[in-house]
Formats: sequence, C-alpha cells, structure tokens
Amino acid sequence: MSKLGSLKLPLLILAIVLLVLLPADLTGMGLPWPGLKRYGIYILSLWLVTAIAAMGVNLIVGYAGQETLAQAAFLGIGAFTTALLTKAGIPFFLAFLASGVLAFIVGVLLGFPALRVQKQYLAFVTLAFSVFAWLVIRNEDWLTGGVSGMAVDRPVILGLSFKPALTFYWFTLAVTALLTFAMWWLLASPWGRAFTALRENPIRAESLGIDVRDYTLLAFAIGSGYGGFAGALYAPLVEFIDPAPFALAPSLLYLLMVVVGGAGSFIGPFIGAGVAVLLPEWLRFAEDYYLVIYAAMVIALMAFCPTGIVGLIERLLTPRRRPHADDKGPALSEAKP
Amino acid sequence: MLDFLQLVIAGLATGAIYALAAIGFTLLWQTSQTINFAQGEFVMLPAFFALASMKWLGLPFWLSALIAIAASMLVLGVMFKFIVVDPLIKQGVLPLVISTIGLSIFLKDGVKDVYSAEAQPFPSIIPDTIVSILGVKVSLAQLGVLAIATATILLLNWLLAGTRTGRQMQATAQNPTVARILGVNVERMILYTFLINAALAAMASLLISPIYLAKFSSGETLGLAAFVAAIVGGFNQVRGAIVGGLVVGVMDNLAAVYVSTAYRQAVPLVLLVLIILFRPQGLIGRREERAV
Repeated sequence: MSKLGSLKLPLLILAIVLLVLLPADLTGMGLPWPGLKRYGIYILSLWLVTAIAAMGVNLIVGYAGQETLAQAAFLGIGAFTTALLTKAGIPFFLAFLASGVLAFIVGVLLGFPALRVQKQYLAFVTLAFSVFAWLVIRNEDWLTGGVSGMAVDRPVILGLSFKPALTFYWFTLAVTALLTFAMWWLLASPWGRAFTALRENPIRAESLGIDVRDYTLLAFAIGSGYGGFAGALYAPLVEFIDPAPFALAPSLLYLLMVVVGGAGSFIGPFIGAGVAVLLPEWLRFAEDYYLVIYAAMVIALMAFCPTGIVGLIERLLTPRRRPHADDKGPALSEAKP
Repeated sequence: MLDFLQLVIAGLATGAIYALAAIGFTLLWQTSQTINFAQGEFVMLPAFFALASMKWLGLPFWLSALIAIAASMLVLGVMFKFIVVDPLIKQGVLPLVISTIGLSIFLKDGVKDVYSAEAQPFPSIIPDTIVSILGVKVSLAQLGVLAIATATILLLNWLLAGTRTGRQMQATAQNPTVARILGVNVERMILYTFLINAALAAMASLLISPIYLAKFSSGETLGLAAFVAAIVGGFNQVRGAIVGGLVVGVMDNLAAVYVSTAYRQAVPLVLLVLIILFRPQGLIGRREERAV
C-alpha cells in the first residue's frame, strides 16, 4: 500500500470527478462523451446504494470480525421507513435519518443478546431475524403492501425534484460521499482505531482497556444503520418495493460481496458492490446460472486469496513479497486445539 | 386436548428430523470446527438426488432413496471435505464460513436451475393413513418418521459409544492432539464425521420431503431449524441437538395453530433469543469452553 499511499488524494479526486461526470452528457462542453443511458445511470446508482450497505457490512465483518446475515433486512427497515414516512408527508431528510436510526436501534436490540454468548451466535441471530423481517414485510399487508408491494416516489427536497434519473444519481452520489467520509472519519478517530486494534490483536486490545463486547455491538449497530441508510435510498431509486430484495438470499449476497471485495479494506466494499451489481449484467449469457457461477467463484477466491480482490491486487502490485510463514497454517485437526 | 396431543406428535416427528440435521451440524462443528451454513441445503439436496434418479433413470423409489444416501455421502461428505473444507480451513474461520454460505447459494440455485424451481411432491416411505390410538388420531406416516428417526439416532449412538471407531471419533472431537498421540487416525475420523453428517442429512431429507415437499429454497428454513436446535440444546453435544430438535419441532407445530400460521417460521428467532438471554449454554449443554 505504501506505493499507493502518496497517490491516494489525487486518485480520490480523480474518482470523484469521474463519478460526477460519467453519466452526464458532455457533448455540450465539447467532449465526445454522450453520457450514460437511463439504465446505465440506474446501475451506477444501484452500485452506490449497494456500496453503502456493503460499507456497513465491512465494518461488522472486516473490523469487528462478526458475520451479519441480515443486511438486506436492515435495508428493508430503511426502505419501508422512508417509504411510509414520506408518504405521510414527512420530509425525505427526516425519513432518511429515521431509517438509519431505526436500523441502528434494531441492531442494538439484536446484537446485545447475541454478543453476550459467543462469537458465532450473532450470525445465527441475524439469520433468524432475516427470516422474521421478511415474514413481517410479507404478512403485514396493511403496513407494507405485502407481496404486492408499494410504490415509492422520488423525493422533492427544498422544492427541487429528484425525479430525473441523473439528478437522483447525483443526489445518491452526494449522500454516498457523505456516508463514506463519515465511515472514514469513524475509523480514523481514536474510537475507530480501537476497531483495528481489536481486529489485529483482540487479547492485547482487551488488556489495553477496550471493551471488546461494547465495541463489537456498536460496530454491528452502526453497520446495520448503514443498511438502513442504504434502504432509504434504495426505495426511491427503484420506486417500488416488495419483500423479495429484503429476504435472506440478498442478505447473504451482501456478506459475500464484502468478502469478495476485501473485508477490512476501506475500498473493498465498493469493489465488491461493483462486482455484485455488474456481474449479473456481465453473465447475461449464463442466464439463471450466474449465481451458481458467482458462488463457485467466491469459494475459489476464498481458497486462493481470502483477502478478496483488494488482496489480490495488492499481491500483484508487490510481487516480491515473500509468502508469510503462517500461510501454510496448522493441520486441519489442530486448527483450534 | 386431543388436538394438542396430535400437534405434539406431529411436532415430535418433524422435530426428530430437525434433530438429525442438528446432530450432523454439531458433530461437524465438534470434530472439525466447521460451522456449516449450508446444512439446510444439505437436507434439501438428497431428496432431489432421489427425484432425479426416479425421473431420469426410471428407478424405483426404494432404490432411488438408497442412491440418494450414497450420492449424498459422496457429494456432501467426501467432496465437501476435500474440495471445500480442507483448502479453506487453512485460511481461517471467516473464509470457511463465507465458503459454506457460498456453497449454500451454489446448491440452492443449482437445484433450481438444473431440476426445477417448483415444489416437488415426494413419495412417502410409509403410507399416510390415519389411525386412532386411544381416541387420538395419529398419522401413521408421522409415527413412521418418528420411528425411523429414533432408530437412526440409536444406531448413531451405538456407533459413537459402542464401537472402537466411534470412541476414536469422540476422542478426536474432544482433543485431536491427544487423540493423535494415542494412535487415533485423526484424519480418517474427521472424514467419518463428514460421511455421518451427509448420511444424517440424507435421512432427514428423505423424511421431511414428503411432509413439506421438496423445494430448492427449503434449505433456508430447514437450516435455521437445525442451527437453532443445535444452539437450544447446547452447541457442544449430540444429546443437546436431539432435545433441541424436538423442542423446535413441537414449538413450530404448536405455534402454527395457537399463534399464527403466517408467523410459524418466526419461532426459531423467538426461541433463539430466549435461550441466549436465559440459558446461553443450551438446555442441557455445558458452558462452552472453546474460544471461537
């Protein structure tokens, strides 16, 4: 990373400029770029929304070392909160905040009992919650519209309509940038550094006075809150929500995309979300088989490079690095004596 | 009251099936530290092995059932161990967990694409006639399921406690290092565990599919039931998985009638949270001593 370190800021600025201009029609400015079509803009917006949710998962998986199998359910909480509140006439801004806060609270309520016991229990509690949330969305027709779903309007903020695809994309980009900055700030703060300490050496972290359980719980709740924020943007983006995108299967995909991108790396979620959003488009020829292919690729990636695509790139950029002595690992049976 | 008894018997029948899946899950966890998030799909798949052998090979049901068990032991036992677990466990817990989740998607969507997305009716081993015992109407199929599941568990128990190999497997689960010093072939014992898990999953599959139909997506609920059964009983022992399975099965059936059919699938969450809050070591479990 050291080689990349000095290039970070220029690269970041370049990325932002590209993201702002990519979907826009630049022929008026004399550039030979007609912009993206409506569907392209939609895919790009979907990538951003997915990346927000994935950032949350990354905090939980990559930094707190937990597995969450309910990120889609938290998106559901956010999506329906925003849809219902804006329908009731509450400004989008407040609905958006409420979505994240509600997801955060549910995260605390789920994480508190689960983290009392044992590491893997959070995975099972979130798994069960995922099924439960889907049942509620499907069964409570009076609230969520049940299987027939509900339509969602794009927001009008301060008299400005975000109905056009391009305007909504820029709005999503701005929110994503804000949330990304917040995540960066969180991880760079002393409080956030504790996460890294936890990941690198939990026993030492604990001996230095870091309460592992509290930090893990907060990481899970904040990560879930990001799911809520993502849901608040997802609903107006697709303009129609039903139970399907908030079921267990998409939750598993959120977890996989973070690990595919690179858990514990800051840009990993963006790469993973990009793969998850674009792969169905690239694998069009494979039709329904794309998930089967994707799953097989994930297993292969885990076997050869568990640090994901980011790890793969780093490995390619630093070819002379010797493999770690512990790469061989202990024998199967003695992995945990 | 009679309705209640009927429900309890039906619950014990499905619970015994959950117990089979939960035992396999627990055994795998104990002997090889593999938390198999694809366990539900392991229970879903064998029924499709049987269906495929009947549909595409034209074989009779009993032979297809045997083929399903054999194919499961090969695919979900041997291949799972050598292709997925062995290369992945070296990379740590998270990559292995992710891979079993990937495997669950692979199996689920594989069945959906290769066989069918529709729920498939599945022949029952025992005819579904209703008999009346002391005024309680009982389905013969349910009693049969209960009997077969109990026989399977007793057989497993004998295998684990009554044979030399079984005791070596237990030794491997408790302390692989000491087991190896004492001359136990640890690698082989771990392989046996994978085979037993696959066979148990296949039995569960053949028993549950006539009740809930064979469907590619049924692994979600079956897996959840198995995980919760394992945790409710106490993560670290086979007896716990049996108790947990029965509790989940009975609660599931009672909730469907007395609470709401729409929310019967929420039972595992409620049970899970209650257990974690009030008896985290499980109903009959000991305190967990492992760190992971």
